[in-house]
Amino acid sequence: MSAAGGRAASAPLVGRESEPTMFELSSPGRSAAQLRETGIAPRALEAMIPAPHRRDDRLVTVDLAERDLVGHVTRLSARQYSVDLGAYPLGSCTMKYNPKMADEVAALAGLAHVHPAADASLTQGWLELLVTLEERLCGITGMAAATLQPAAGAAGELTGLLLMRAYHRARGDARRRVLIPDSAHGTNPASVTLSGYQVTTVPSTERGLVDLEALAARLGDDVAGIMLTNPNTVGLFEEDIEPIAELVHGVGGLLYYDGANLNAILGQARPGDMGFDIVHMNLHKTFATPHGGGGPGAGPVAVGESLVDFLPGPRPVRRGDGYGWEAPARSIGRVHGWHGNALVLARALAYIETHGAEGLAAVAEHAVLNANWLRRRLAAVLPAAFDRPCMHECVVTATALKEATGVRALDVAKSLLDEGFHAPTVYFPLIVDEALMIEPTETESPETLVALAEALERIVARAHDDPERVHAAPLATPVGRVDEARAARTLVATEDMAARAGLR
Amino acid sequence: MPNYLPHTAEQDAAMLSFLGLERLEDLFAHLPAAVRLAGGLPIPAGRSELDVLDGLAALADRNVAAGLTCFAGVGAYDHDIPPVVRALASRSEFVTAYTPYQPEVAQGVLQALFEYQTLVARLSGLPVANASLYDGAASLVEALNLAASTTGRQGVLLSRGVHPHWRAAARTFAAGTGHQIEEVPLVGGVTAWPMGARDDLAAVVVGYPNYLGYLEDVAIARAVADESGALLVVAGDPVAAALVRSAGSWGADVFVGEGQALGTALSFGGPYLGLFAVREELVRRLPGRIVGETADTAGRRAFVTTLRAREQDIRRERATSNVCTNQTLMAVTAAIQLGWLGTDGLHEMALRCASGAHELAERVTQIPGVQAASEAPFVREFALRLGRPVEPVLAAMARRGILGGVAARALDPGDGTRGEGDDVLIVTVTERHRARDLDAYVAALGEAVAS
Repeated sequence: MSAAGGRAASAPLVGRESEPTMFELSSPGRSAAQLRETGIAPRALEAMIPAPHRRDDRLVTVDLAERDLVGHVTRLSARQYSVDLGAYPLGSCTMKYNPKMADEVAALAGLAHVHPAADASLTQGWLELLVTLEERLCGITGMAAATLQPAAGAAGELTGLLLMRAYHRARGDARRRVLIPDSAHGTNPASVTLSGYQVTTVPSTERGLVDLEALAARLGDDVAGIMLTNPNTVGLFEEDIEPIAELVHGVGGLLYYDGANLNAILGQARPGDMGFDIVHMNLHKTFATPHGGGGPGAGPVAVGESLVDFLPGPRPVRRGDGYGWEAPARSIGRVHGWHGNALVLARALAYIETHGAEGLAAVAEHAVLNANWLRRRLAAVLPAAFDRPCMHECVVTATALKEATGVRALDVAKSLLDEGFHAPTVYFPLIVDEALMIEPTETESPETLVALAEALERIVARAHDDPERVHAAPLATPVGRVDEARAARTLVATEDMAARAGLR
Repeated sequence: MPNYLPHTAEQDAAMLSFLGLERLEDLFAHLPAAVRLAGGLPIPAGRSELDVLDGLAALADRNVAAGLTCFAGVGAYDHDIPPVVRALASRSEFVTAYTPYQPEVAQGVLQALFEYQTLVARLSGLPVANASLYDGAASLVEALNLAASTTGRQGVLLSRGVHPHWRAAARTFAAGTGHQIEEVPLVGGVTAWPMGARDDLAAVVVGYPNYLGYLEDVAIARAVADESGALLVVAGDPVAAALVRSAGSWGADVFVGEGQALGTALSFGGPYLGLFAVREELVRRLPGRIVGETADTAGRRAFVTTLRAREQDIRRERATSNVCTNQTLMAVTAAIQLGWLGTDGLHEMALRCASGAHELAERVTQIPGVQAASEAPFVREFALRLGRPVEPVLAAMARRGILGGVAARALDPGDGTRGEGDDVLIVTVTERHRARDLDAYVAALGEAVAS
């Protein structure tokens, strides 16, 4: 077999010193900026801005030569793991390869250089793009219409819950509770609280699925709906989705689909066909728009027919042979300052158009194939928390390893960094002890999976032979384990706070 | 089939065989038959990247606005972004990284965010900034939540000088939180604050400059807040901040702003950058992520996301914010752009925006029928009263290659009001505009209002 394309162990993260901050590199009198010649006479600040409003001192930022700025930022980039560098088997995050073609889409001047308040007659291309994306997302999820405004998954969740609320209120129905499985992402309960509802937690069964009996016991006519991730956060498909939908709809509640794990079912099953009424998608997961180190994302929300009138507005719509904006009749209002993270939306459309129906189905197949292969391969060293076929990710547990060697999931994760891989998600979902949540994604090759499995096997062997070495990991990274308690105890969030704390 | 899957047919077969399966579809055999999709997704077949690029480029060509000289602003500004900033900010180490959950291999993003936080704190005149929110509207929404949780109250006095879309978003989310938002009208381009102490007031929000471009007396807003023990939230602009008193120096408790002007293209409205800074006492209620400096086990300087106990993944339903993904890449870009501009460059850039805006304002108000909407001072943006509906004027200017500004009426605050009237045009000048662009603007506006 050939070598692993997704292993980053050769990365030249050179040097054992810290990179100075840009402020430490700063020297008054240096400057990189060159502004264009405008031919407009400069005016004195005093002539434009009267005294009570005028700054009485210069706003000091930083003073760098262009060469030093380039060196600094490039060295920072060398201290950063990324998908382009190697595999990122970070469960629940779908860190797949981001096709470069989408970078070129986002750089098109005809998309990037458009003011969001320009009249619809001047932005027909953008409007067509957004309407097309909405149609594709509805086709993929089996829903009637979508809003593209939410800027991330959590924004989508809150938007979806406000839609749920508006739907019930329009029927004169003041419901109070939203059900959430105990395996849910933290954003779910936080969003529920912000939407004005109360959380009722539904326990999972021994099989890692929603406990139907417990669900039924918690239902009532004060239940606004349920938020489900399917496949759920342990990587398992909620096989009882039909009875769940029947039960929740039976009390007049709605089903909310958290799209964090949509990658697993592309072209295989659709939330709309499962009975979901509201669906959010994370385009920065499923449709490969780059995560940017923690954003920007995009979290469109698609809904069934009965909720279309409540969608945020204005919405891009087809009108005659052109496109325009329209506010839905009973819209919940805006959820973004403009039209959503438009350039992220354009990247996602490019991804969908290149893949098409067959390509997206192949994505899900290979995501699930990779995860199941790893689950099976790792069974002897890190057993799956639930020993049955998984979807796009598998959750394994280090409980036995901890009991035998004292080495915890966190130690395994840190050791994996030394092996040239990003660590999996650890200690989530909360219902699994010593959880390591591994989502290889479809874009990692079988060779990379083998290398990842061998790395984990070496770490487990080391845990038995030399646990101290595992506790000490990582050693090959720019910094070792970080003192998080100190960071929280004495907050140093800026260069100026660092100076006051005597750190400069 | 797309080219992004590395698996060969032989490898597929071998992996399936390892799992005791025959075909890829067997991987989904445990899904209930009723929910299995038959016949594939109802979307078109895939195409090559190059064909898709051609198609999207053709769509992009239909965005006439992209080719116009842009005098539109109101939270979305057409600034120059130099090649060096584009090159650095598009490095794939930043673009394709995930949230820095493993600080040992994420020092690049973490340190860049620390630098960004420092710069936002300096711009705002407040000591602590977070690592970004989605956009200015999201920052306002989070500021109201912070004020409500700090004061235990729900009342908000929100100036109509705050961007209408931000106000609309605040109203949308207040449906869930129960905040009672009262909008305060503008008179003569500045807020006409009601006086009188109240016991239900969590926040007073003022735009500085406001969305029409005008500088308001923030001291009055501070006094209104103090009278009722509320927090003062100042919604500001980072470029104007180079020339005007900082939010902190006016006594703001919270600064919110749109940071797009710092290195991010117009982008049809997103992804942008929500700026957010607070007084030190409020730091444990700060929404979103914050990066702190600490050390590693060997004593080396290291950065890490901190005060994590505030965040949704730990606090769950008791969290006061649900923010997870933010706008890190735009924050990193802003730090790079400010690094390129430098102290003097930022000042000079802001001064050029202001000089051009003042010159243009003087010249267009010489046009018969065109008046300044307010006598209040402004920085780089101002409002005109045209004495006639704005939209036809903008359409005529567009035919002459100019995006003449933003019709106040087009910025729907979503409350049934239509802003400051259908004859109000908001005009913005940036450092990209040259003398001949101003000449062309004056000529085009003059012609449009004369017809």
